[in-house]
Amino acid sequence: MVADSNILVRVENLKKYFPITRGWLFSRQVGTVKAVDDVSLDIRQGETLGVVGESGCGKSTTGRAILQLHKPTSWHVFFEDVDLTTLNAAELRALRPKMQMIFQDSVAALNPRHSVGKIIGEPLVIHNVGTAREVHERVIELMEMVGLKPAWIKRFPHEFSGGQRQRINIARALALNPNFIVCDEPISALDVSIQAQVVNLLKELQKQLGLTYLFIAHDLSMVRHISDRVAVMYLGKVMELANRNDLFRDPLHPYTQSLSSAVPVPMPKHERRRRRFILKGDPPSPSNPPSGCVFHTRCPLSVEMCVTTVPEFRELRPDHFVACHLTDTETGSKIPEQTVLASELT
Amino acid sequence: MTAATPQVGFDEFEEQTWQKRLAYVGRLLQRDRGGMLGFILFILIVLTAIFAPVIAPHDPLKQNLRAAKQPPAWQEGGSWEQPLGTDTLGRDMLSRIIFGTRVSLTVGFFGVLIAGTLGMVSGLVAGYVGGRVDGAIMGVVNIFLAIPYLVFVVVVAAILGRNLLNVILIFGITDSPIFARVTRGEVLRIRESGYVESAVSAGASTGRILFDHILPNLIGPLITLATFEMSAMIFYEAGLSFLGLSVPPSVPSWGNMLQVGRQYLTIYPWIATWPGVAIAITALTFNLLGDWLRDVLDPRLRRSRK
Repeated sequence: MVADSNILVRVENLKKYFPITRGWLFSRQVGTVKAVDDVSLDIRQGETLGVVGESGCGKSTTGRAILQLHKPTSWHVFFEDVDLTTLNAAELRALRPKMQMIFQDSVAALNPRHSVGKIIGEPLVIHNVGTAREVHERVIELMEMVGLKPAWIKRFPHEFSGGQRQRINIARALALNPNFIVCDEPISALDVSIQAQVVNLLKELQKQLGLTYLFIAHDLSMVRHISDRVAVMYLGKVMELANRNDLFRDPLHPYTQSLSSAVPVPMPKHERRRRRFILKGDPPSPSNPPSGCVFHTRCPLSVEMCVTTVPEFRELRPDHFVACHLTDTETGSKIPEQTVLASELT
Repeated sequence: MTAATPQVGFDEFEEQTWQKRLAYVGRLLQRDRGGMLGFILFILIVLTAIFAPVIAPHDPLKQNLRAAKQPPAWQEGGSWEQPLGTDTLGRDMLSRIIFGTRVSLTVGFFGVLIAGTLGMVSGLVAGYVGGRVDGAIMGVVNIFLAIPYLVFVVVVAAILGRNLLNVILIFGITDSPIFARVTRGEVLRIRESGYVESAVSAGASTGRILFDHILPNLIGPLITLATFEMSAMIFYEAGLSFLGLSVPPSVPSWGNMLQVGRQYLTIYPWIATWPGVAIAITALTFNLLGDWLRDVLDPRLRRSRK
């Protein structure tokens, strides 16, 4: 790949396989779950890269593997041109402040026995930043930054609402001035009205602090709202990666087309004309993925080649990557307009 | 935006004197009547055990056959000299009950200390390290749990002989699997929790994760378990004494007294009644205390402080 100073995080051929074991004392491996299978991504300085896909498609595993919270099976991740795979534990720990994570489950992510002040200050204490008094002042500053009242510093997590707890999580992630934050479905556990607040807070902080996000979600309209570029994942693989507008206006991969056709349009006139491409069946098990293109079992267009050959993930148009054979053929990868009208569904 | 909100200064945030903590515990006790009762009884029982020689009106071992089998003071034939009556050898019941507290509390406290330490360390290692180590430790624990408890105690008591130290050791070892199980379960739950993951992603060391995240979250359930196990051990000790497997008959323990009293239950009921009452009150005390501790040690159950 071309060395690009703009690129903050470069993921090359990330694979994460989880062994399936049987037996208690003398366990043996009986299979493998390919949670993430050969994912390559670039994340550019200051951008938000959205990652969408169904449950279990490996979005969160990708995020965690980038931060080395899961040890990947094989991979290279370059963070500011440093290959994280070559670092030992201490070197990695020294780099941790620059990359942080916001978790989906805001309740579980906060130690119920620690006060808010202690939670937000923890990364500072871990990395020995300043005296106790300086830590306290920084915590107050962070709380104001994310819209929490500093007077709440002594409260415990259970005394907060879901949105406020997520703000505590954000404040903690910001404590060490990171440049890269993995947001692992930060809003999917929140009410819709709170979701917007938290997303806007994240956007605002990005503008203020020049942050780079990997934003994992399954809510397409939220991803569209916050992301600059979007990657669509299916069964551990990236199917399509493009600029936000290109991806939603002109999706090339049949899977992306079906996903974006499922988003309701908040305008009755258009909503009535919206056509839905409904996929049949459930996603196959990642422990036994289909041959060839992993999507062929559910793809309305699949041809013989899809069953036999793995499609290459390539740059079809400038900055628009897709993994589908049909984009090259005459028929193309567009799902024809014979599908269900949204208004017929109910 | 912060002009209107009261600032929490650094000094106020950090200040935690022991007077403040004590006052805080007092306020927590006021809210919970059961806890208050348990706490007061607990203090009384501990004081009784410590100051037994001062409080007891008579020597618990001194026999006086002329005054044997005296009923309690308020019954006909009783005297205030021996308020709770005397046993078959004329020993003062009240003094024996007071000294019996020592045996029960010693067994309960040290038994739980040994069981808790053994169980907590093995459970912590099993839960945190996982894999084969976990399998091995839990295998041993399961074997221990599979041995019929009473048979084991009888065998060990028969081999090692009857004395207080042996009883404590037996209880300490046979009870440790319960602590190991609870600890392991909690460690597994905490280790996979989001806050441990987030501490790891912030670069926390293993020591910090153990001492700052896992242990504080363990201590609540374990202290609660310890108080309940203490009351259980007091029961068991009495049971063992009753079977003649605990401390020698000369030592005034509640179980021994109960055993003697059993033979005279219909004629001289007080001989068995008083140790029974003592056991019941002590067990109740520890259970009340355990309930209260469970609530207090969990910030989620602690009602908001004003």
